[in-house]
Formats: sequence, structure tokens, C-alpha cells
Amino acid sequence: MENLLSIVTFIPLLAAGILALFLRGDDEGARRNAKWVAMIATLATFFVSLFILGGFDSSNTGFQFVEDHEWLMGLHYRMGVDGISVLFVILTTFLMPLVIWSAWDVTHRVKEYMIAFLVLEALMLGVFMALDLVLFYVFFEAGLIPMFLIIGIWGGANRIYASFKFFLYTFLGSILMLVAMIVMYAQAGTTCIGACGEGTTALLDYEFASTTFSVLGITVTGGLQTMLFLAFFASFAVKMPMWPVHTWLPDAHVQAPTAGSVILAAILLKMGGYGFLRFSLPMFPVGADVLQDFVLWISAIAIVYTSLVALVQEDMKKLIAYSSVAHMGYVTMGIFAMNQQGLDGAIFQMLSHGFISGALFLCVGVIYDRMHTRDIDAYGGLVNKMPAYALVFMFFTMANVGLPGTSGFVGEFLTLMGTFKVNTWVAAVAALGVIFSAAYALWLYRRVVMGELIKESLKSIKDMTRREKLIFAPLVFMTLLLGIYPASVTNIISPSVAALVEQVETAKADAGLMHETAEADHAAPAAAH
Amino acid sequence: MISQDLQIVLPEILLALYAMAALLIAVYTGKDKVASVVNWATVAVFLVLAFWIGVSGSGDQTAFDGMFNDDAFARFGKVTILISAAAVLAISRDYMSRRGLLRFEYPVLVALATVGMMVMVSAGDLMALYMGLELQSLALYVVASLRRDSVKSTEAGMKYFVLGALSSGLLLYGASLTYGFTGTTLFSGIIAATGDEVSIGLLFGLVFMFAAFAFKVSAAPFHMWTPDVYEGSPTPVTAFFATAPKVAAMGLFARVAFDAFGGIVGDWQQIVSLVAILSMFIGGIAAIGQRNIKRLMAYSSIAHMGFALMGLAAGTAAGVQSMLIYMAIYVTMNIGTFAFILSMEKDGTPVADINMLKMYSRQQPLRAMALLFLMFSLAGVPPFLGFFAKFGVFTAALSSGLVWLAVLGGIASVIGAFYYLRIVFYMYFGEEKDGLDSTMSPVAWAALMASAAIMLLGLFNLFGIEGIAAAAAQSLVN
Repeated sequence: MENLLSIVTFIPLLAAGILALFLRGDDEGARRNAKWVAMIATLATFFVSLFILGGFDSSNTGFQFVEDHEWLMGLHYRMGVDGISVLFVILTTFLMPLVIWSAWDVTHRVKEYMIAFLVLEALMLGVFMALDLVLFYVFFEAGLIPMFLIIGIWGGANRIYASFKFFLYTFLGSILMLVAMIVMYAQAGTTCIGACGEGTTALLDYEFASTTFSVLGITVTGGLQTMLFLAFFASFAVKMPMWPVHTWLPDAHVQAPTAGSVILAAILLKMGGYGFLRFSLPMFPVGADVLQDFVLWISAIAIVYTSLVALVQEDMKKLIAYSSVAHMGYVTMGIFAMNQQGLDGAIFQMLSHGFISGALFLCVGVIYDRMHTRDIDAYGGLVNKMPAYALVFMFFTMANVGLPGTSGFVGEFLTLMGTFKVNTWVAAVAALGVIFSAAYALWLYRRVVMGELIKESLKSIKDMTRREKLIFAPLVFMTLLLGIYPASVTNIISPSVAALVEQVETAKADAGLMHETAEADHAAPAAAH
Repeated sequence: MISQDLQIVLPEILLALYAMAALLIAVYTGKDKVASVVNWATVAVFLVLAFWIGVSGSGDQTAFDGMFNDDAFARFGKVTILISAAAVLAISRDYMSRRGLLRFEYPVLVALATVGMMVMVSAGDLMALYMGLELQSLALYVVASLRRDSVKSTEAGMKYFVLGALSSGLLLYGASLTYGFTGTTLFSGIIAATGDEVSIGLLFGLVFMFAAFAFKVSAAPFHMWTPDVYEGSPTPVTAFFATAPKVAAMGLFARVAFDAFGGIVGDWQQIVSLVAILSMFIGGIAAIGQRNIKRLMAYSSIAHMGFALMGLAAGTAAGVQSMLIYMAIYVTMNIGTFAFILSMEKDGTPVADINMLKMYSRQQPLRAMALLFLMFSLAGVPPFLGFFAKFGVFTAALSSGLVWLAVLGGIASVIGAFYYLRIVFYMYFGEEKDGLDSTMSPVAWAALMASAAIMLLGLFNLFGIEGIAAAAAQSLVN
């Protein structure tokens, strides 16, 4: 199975092509066919991707299942996974069938809807597997197109604004990254990220210049590495999204259809974090070190600020969107702690957030489908009519808060622990976020589910259907599995993370920048503009 | 000797003879009744010549003591020009006949313009350059006002003529300065006469000539004529303006920049960089307010010329290669887009307002999807070829140390993305409206689909033009 990764990536694309070319008409039969084709394709992708997990050797910290073909302009089509990326691939293939299933009741342009999701899945998988800079960029950017269409066509009332904002925000970030990528290409003479074969130094092992220089009167500590780091940061921070460039996310989430929100929160946001792990840390360790405190503080601010913003939201989706930003704050904090616990925690948190936030958006979707409003005030006392829903929503609210026993706890705890070792104050501030998250999540739950059912419009509301219950079952299972037995994840990621930490430490020691961070504090905000 | 020279110029001679013969035959037989035949015959001649030039000739040859070059660069340019001219003629026949514009002069004039363009990309001397340029321009002035009874069309032709004459004047002035300070009109002589040190007079000559070239490629700040001429001319003519002449002018630009002024790259690099930046930004920003799709495409072409010039500004073989690839991809995208614009009709009359595209994806899902591909490709979003075109010029600019140019280009492409997205937005997101007629000629339909498919399928290996463009760039630079 030497083309396993390509097979996984292109099954959804193939299905999308079949739908686009061969499915005609917009009647009931055609819609059903479109849904079934998408369902079968995503399930097939999931089962094939299990072979990747099965054949993955977690003690090997290098890239596995590598494929390498010549491509145009001196580039290569090169795919591979390591301990950092393999679980993101599985996360994607795992969630896609659930997403398709959750969209079973869509009636508006079903065929195009399914095509957009299938194309999106292929591109997201490609992002996590690509081992060539430009190939990565192609997958990374192309994902904007289906997402733009998903928000714009199937979104809510203000979808046009949201889709344009989403596209232009992320496009601007990515273009800066593209320029940085070309600079790297010019410097290193290759676009190969890893597993390049004989005679080529992979970018992961290449040392970019880190000599301090001055430009326009600003001293750039860490030199080229800092500049490249910032260019990548512009893209990943928007994608993540980090405060203060997070404002596209609530808009996009609120306007996107339920399935789009799930994909956005559960997988697309992870691309930012994955980018930090794959590019920013190993390739620009000095730059990352210089800006470490800067990023840590931004993350801490993000956690506290967006949690507070979440408290005052009137719209359920917006509230969960802000909570996502806060949780991504833990991720960036963990990543930039740059130690084993922090990185383990960050990856763990991303996976866990994938399940939990996806489930929360599905929870909103369940009642939105019934009442067609996301206003918190429009609900109340749902527990009387929807006991099963109340249970599921309760479970994921608790997981979101980080209750021990759920996966949310492990991620938050590890990232806080990792950060505490590096910067106690940041960890202390970020720990406030744990309290705030409990406040907004529980308050949301109280307002929507608890109390007497007094609103007239809610009197006839029905509990979850069997389909809806079954969609949540795997998510509940994964949340518990990761919470009770976190080693199932850490066993796979730890060796690769350890290698990454080791690499970063060596590079920092080589550059002799271990103790210059204090001075960098002044340079960093200036350079960030 | 003369027979050898003539052999090299044979394609141009044949095409010129064909144009004159077609003119005579049409005048003495059915006049406009044979227009359709002339049209298809011209398409056939273009394709045969393109094939012939493509597979024959190899290596560098010069004719008439260096006044005319036949090298890989010229051949690349000629094949691109001929194929795109043929494609434009093919997609425009249906439009012309339904508008009552099917005149036999149109293909004949296009053929003559094409002769001029072929001379342009082959020129090795200021005189040959000017001859080619004028032949092309004069033919184009006429086709711009092809619709004699329309105020807008005649206005377009008039504007184009007046401003074109001005730019020709600039060119001649620059050429005479160059001649005065080097004592020769041959490119090979000019490059030999300029050492590392360049006299102020020669520099003036260079600036004047480059200004004229910028006018011809419609690069800012010499772009003013473009939107008006694009809007006023009949749509097939606009399609023609947007494709073949751009390739020819860009080829000529590169030819002079390297063959004549290749020794003083540093002196013109900054000019070209500035022109590139201005074009990218003016093209991107001014298009935002446009509702007329022809004007929008005019600004789009201004922006694209900016990106192509970025490749030229790199001043290296890799830069020229990226520019050639850019032009080839640009031309393909534009042919597809204009094939679509040609079919934009409402109750039988052509429309150009992008509002008319509202919910087009509902009426014609396949065409809307093809146009979506083209729009994202024009915006430079991967995986479409437009991205690889931009990637090529960015890489070339950065390897020449023009980091700021690449960064600004990146920002400009985000601005530009906005208006391409708006077309997608109208087609897919807008509210329902009684939209366009569904008529579309089969040829135009095929051109639209083919160009959209190329945008996606090309990402496997660019259909091999990469190597050809590399050889072409090698033959020009060094």
C-alpha cells in the first residue's frame, strides 16, 4: 500500500467528481443519491485511513507512508505522515461521515453541498499530509474555495458579508506566507519539508539565518528567522484564530450552516495549530524563541478576553465560536511553551476540541432545525420536552468546561502545566479562563435547557430523532476515551513531539539565544506590525 | 543569401499574402456573404502556421543582417499569438453574425494585425520593431471601430487611435535618441555600444521607448485607454485585444529589454518594477467599482500585465520564463472568460452588467462552474493554474532580490481577489432573478469548458510548456 495517503486524499475528490459529472436533476431521488454517494465516500475514506493508523509505527519519529513524485516547476508531489499529523488525518476522516449525516435534512442544492464537503475533505487531508511547501500551500489555500461557497450559499441571513470576510482575511494571511515560502525556497534551494531522499537537506533540518539585523531603524532580533516566522504567523494566527485577528470566526460560524460550522471548528481551525507545529517551531526555532513571550501573552489575553466576550453573547453559535477562540488560546499557549507537556497538551487539546466543539455546534443545530433561531432568549426549559438532548448537551458542556474524565480536561491541564514551567504569570492569567469557561458554558446551559418550559413556541418541540442520537454516539465515545485513557493519543504523538522539542532546544542552543528573550520583548511588538 | 533570409520570414510572408488574397477574393466575389468562409479559413491558416512554427525551426537564426530573429523566444510568442488569435476568431463568429457584424474585413484585419505581432516578437532592429508595431496597431484601430454606426465603438477606435499615435510618437522619439547615442538601430549594435556606463541621452531614449511599450501592454500609468476601448469595441474585438496583442507587446518589451538593453538591466529594472506595482494596484483597486464586465476585464488585464511585468523586472532567464508562462496562462483564462462574455445576452441583446449574472448557477450549473474555475484562477487561488502563474513570477522576483515587489504583489492579488469573488458571489449567492438567455454557440461553449478544464488539469505538468518557455527564455537572455 505505498500510495495509501494519496488514496485516502483522493477518494473524496473522486466522489465529488462523480457527483459533479454524472448526477443530474434536483428531485428527491437525485438528492438521496448525492447524500448516499457522499456518505459512502466519506465512510470509505475513514476505513481506508484506519490502515494508516494500523500501519503507523509510533516509535519512528520520521515520516511514514512517504510518496514522492516529480511535479511542475521543480516542485514535488510529496506526502507523508508523522506522529504529529497522523491523528489529524484520522480526526478528519472520522468526523466527515458524521458531518454528512448531520446534513441529511438539507434540501437546498444538495448535490453542490455534498460536492463542496467532499472537495473540502480532500483538501484538508492534503494539508495534513503534504511534505512539500507549495503542495501544502495549494491544499491550504484551495480549502478556502469550498468553505467560501458553503458559507455563502447555505449560510444564514448575513452570509455574504461573512463569506467575503472569511475569504479575504485568510487570503491576506496566506499570501504573506506564500512570500515567506518563496524566500525559504530561494534560501534553502528546495521546497521539501521532510523525507526528501538522498542529497537534499529537508527544510525541517535546514538552519535559516538568525543573525540580528536592522531594517528601517527597527532591530530584528533573530534576523531572517523572525521575519519568516512572522509571515507564517500572519497566516496561521488568522487561521487559528488568535486574538486580535479572530473576528472573522464568529461571523463565519454564525452564518455557516451547521455542518459547515462543525468542519470549521473541528478541523479547519486545526490547520493553524498544525502549521505552527510543522513550520513555525521546527523551521524557525530562533524566531519562535524571540517571539515566545509575545505569543504566550497574546494567547493568555485571548483566553481571558474571548471568554468574557462569550459571557455576553445572545447568539448560541457566537458564544460557542468565542469559546473556540478561547480554547485555541490554550493550544497556542501550549505550542509556544515549547516543551513536552505543552506540545502534547496542545495536540491533545486540538483533537479533543475537534470532537467537543463539533458536537456543540451539532447540539445547536439540533434545536436550530426545530426552531430556526439561535437566540438564547428564545429557549428555556428544554429539559422538559427533550431529556435526551439535555443529557447530550450537558455532557458536551461539561467536556467544554474541562471536567476531569472528559478529553477537555487533559488538554487544558497539560497546556497549563507546560506553560507554567516557562512563564508562570501567563499560566496564572490563563487559568482564569478555566473559571470563565465554566461560567459561560454553564450559564448557556441553564438558560437554554433548565427551568420551566414557559415559552409557547417551544411547547411542541420534539426530542432528538434516532439519527441525531446516533450522530452523537461516536463523539461521546471519543470524548470519554480520550478523557479516561489519554495515553491512546499521547503514545502516538509523544515520540514525534519529543524529537521536535529536542530539535528546537538544539537550535536555540546553537544560536546562543537562550537568554536573550528579555531583550526580544521590546523588538517583538514592533516587528509584529 | 536573400533566399535564406526569405525562408526565415516565410511564415510572415505567407500570412501577409493570405490576408491580401483573402481581401481580393472577398471583394470580387460575395463580399460579406463569404465572411464566414474567410473567418474559418483564417482560423485554419493560423492553426496551420502555429503548428508549422511550433514543430519546424530550431536554434537561433537571423535574417536581413540581424533585423529579424527566429529563435525559441520568437517561436513561443508566435505560437501563442496564432493560437489565441485563432481561438478568438472561432468564438466570435456566432456573435458577429447575430449582431450583423459579420464582415469579411474583420478576419482579414486580424490576420494583418497578426503579421504585425509576429514581426514584433521577432524584431532585431528598431525599424523592424516599428514596422511590426504599426502594422499591428493600424489594423487594431480599425477593428476597434468595426461597428461603424455605434457611437461607443467609433469613440473607442478614435481614442485608441489618438493615444496609440501618441505612444508611437514616444516610441519614435525614444528610438531616435537611442540611435543618436549608439549610432545604430540594430539591437545587437545597441547592446554592444552600451557598456556598463550609460549616457543620459540613451537613458532618455530607453525611458521613452519603455513608456510606449507600457502603453501597448496597457500597464499603468499608461493604461487610461484600456477600459474605454474594451467597453466600446464589439465584444469579440475586446476578446482579441485582451489576448494576442498583449502577448506580442509583452514579447516585444522583453525583446528590447534584453536584446538591446540587456547590459543595463539595473537601469530599467526599477522602471519596470514601478510600472508593475502601479499596474497591479490600479488594476486591482479600480476594478472594484466596475459593474460592466468588459470594463472589469480591462482592469483585470491591467493588473495581470503588472504581474507579468514582475517576471520581466526580475531581469533573469527565470524571470522571462515565468513571464512567458504567465502570458500563456493569462491568454487561456481570458479566452475562456470572453467566450462566456460573448454569450451574455438578455432577450437577444448583449449585456455586460454583472448584475445579470444573479443566480446564474441555477440556470446553467455547468457554465457557472466553469466560470467559477476561471474566476478563482484569475484571482490566483490554488489549485488553479493562475496560482502557478503568480507563483512563478513571485519566485523569479524574489530570487532577484526584489522582495518588496513580491510582497506588494501579494497584497495586490488579495485586493484583486475581491472583484473576481464578486462575480462568483452573483452567480451563486445572489437572489433569484430572470437572468440571461441560455443561448451559447457551441464553439464558445467548447472554449469556455476547455479553458476551465485546462485551469485544473494543467496542475499536473502545465502541459509541458514549462520546458519550452525555459528554452525560449534561454534564447533571449545571455
